[in-house]
Amino acid sequence: MSKHVEKILRPKLAVEIAGIKLKNPIMPASGTFGYGEEYAPYLDLNQLGAVVTKGMSLNPKAGNNTPRICETVSGMLNAIGLQNVGVDAFIEKKMVFLQQYDTPVIVNFFGNTQEEYGEVAARLDDVPGVAALEMNISCPNVKHGGIVFGTDPGAASAVISLVRKKTTKPLIVKLTPNVTDIQVTARAAEESGADALSLINTLTGMAVDVKTRKPRLANTIGGLSGPAIRPIAVRMVHQVVQAVDIPVIGIGGITRAMDALEFLIVGAKAVQVGTANFVDPKVMATIIADLETFCCEEGISDINDLIGSLEL
Amino acid sequence: MKDFKTIVLSNQEISPGYFRMKILAPGYSQLAQPGQFVMFRVQSSMQPLLRRPFGIFRVGFMAADCDEMAPKEFIEIIYKVVGSGTEIMKDLHSGDPVELLGPLGKGFDSGDPTEEKILVGGGIGLVPLYMLAEELVKKSKVRLLMGGRTRDDIITVTEFERLGVETYVSTEDGSLGEEGLVTQVLERKLDKYPNVTVFACGPMPMIEAVEKICTNRAVALQVSLEALMACGVGACLGCVVMGAEHSDDNPQYLCTCTQGPVFAADELDWNKNKVVATGCGGGCK
Repeated sequence: MSKHVEKILRPKLAVEIAGIKLKNPIMPASGTFGYGEEYAPYLDLNQLGAVVTKGMSLNPKAGNNTPRICETVSGMLNAIGLQNVGVDAFIEKKMVFLQQYDTPVIVNFFGNTQEEYGEVAARLDDVPGVAALEMNISCPNVKHGGIVFGTDPGAASAVISLVRKKTTKPLIVKLTPNVTDIQVTARAAEESGADALSLINTLTGMAVDVKTRKPRLANTIGGLSGPAIRPIAVRMVHQVVQAVDIPVIGIGGITRAMDALEFLIVGAKAVQVGTANFVDPKVMATIIADLETFCCEEGISDINDLIGSLEL
Repeated sequence: MKDFKTIVLSNQEISPGYFRMKILAPGYSQLAQPGQFVMFRVQSSMQPLLRRPFGIFRVGFMAADCDEMAPKEFIEIIYKVVGSGTEIMKDLHSGDPVELLGPLGKGFDSGDPTEEKILVGGGIGLVPLYMLAEELVKKSKVRLLMGGRTRDDIITVTEFERLGVETYVSTEDGSLGEEGLVTQVLERKLDKYPNVTVFACGPMPMIEAVEKICTNRAVALQVSLEALMACGVGACLGCVVMGAEHSDDNPQYLCTCTQGPVFAADELDWNKNKVVATGCGGGCK
């Protein structure tokens, strides 16, 4: 850049999504950060923009058989099967831990039927400390799970409309990338009452052990995450930002500040960091510090000035 | 547990395909318990992406650079080259940067000091048994039964001997020690010494055979397992094994990383866990 850049000492990193104030645009992706307590020994949860919990279902869920994960080129496949303690145990046991932090808690949830989605949302509605709900209509891991809703705009609309009636909390709908045109589902979610969208969930994938000739996951098919999927995620966030007026949270293979910036520049208001947490438990703190440094050096006084600043 | 960047102190091939790496590890002499593991990261790159779990072989001290300074703590891990991660690891040299997350997991329970102990190690599975032996020999008589396919798989046995452990070596091809399986040696020893606790780590078929032998004789058994894991801290839920209470209607999954890697044999469902087939807490990836 040839123009003179004025150095900024304390850039503003705070952003707002659907009325939730975040200290910065960095939060974990559901399923990669447990219930928060798993990572508290390594990272001050107060530093984060928000905490996003593991996906909750109405009843406790055991998950899939093993092997549940395998490493692939610059990524990993998982078919955990949405193992979780169930929404009631979460409210009773896990939420207490998170309530001690001054960080918004976004609770991810899913259901096997429309009614289950509605019931989980209703039970979370009056829980103190829950800042927003993130609705998983897209997890590709569960045979009777989100895939039906997230890949069919009609089914997505119906379940989102129902959940919308059951909750007063801001509702973030997490989209699946496993569709032909993500703008169609994005519009359907917006029209059905979503306050924000988050994307992308994992891409369905498969790997084979050539010696045993068996799939490397017990579930055969799993969800691909990690740096390998980032260009696809950036493209889809870019397309969705064009299609809707509600805020978008970018997810997909973010491991450093430069990756997060790509999503912000194409128009994401915030981002979620997923697989990278497994590799480096402190990665989100590093990303936040490096975002601040980037803004200082580039003369950006408010990170909101960067959001959607893509030059075409 | 700690998460820090550190350096390799040495990295040597100790037997064909087996490497022993010494890593600077401040704090580990106070923190590390026998049977615990570290999540090791080769370098800050995307390939390989995930950290690798390795059982801690031992914690030691080396002289500092000058007399006034405290001795430096290090850990040793031993690994077999079997995949892309260990291929990169074998070429690391003294001074190369690496990252350690740990010590992690639940280790061995030393049990009743008046009881004699038998350790059963298969190949690289011997690794987490060394720190345990260091602890056990202070109070109990300890015997090590070490098995492998060939003599190349028999590692560090003399170091156990130096601790005062009575060692028995067996190989499937007879190239070192007795010809046959380590489990045959175990049966003979249990005939002679029935009131012991057994600690086992090795390939899953060996662990399963040891479990059958010990259960039939009502001998207490602790096993150290290995599983594919992404995080090591109980978040990814990739490394679960089925607990003794497990059923299709009422599933009980235990995290190898936080509820193991050491389990009492009666905590696990031995009929279902065959599908895991990744026994060997030593770190064979």
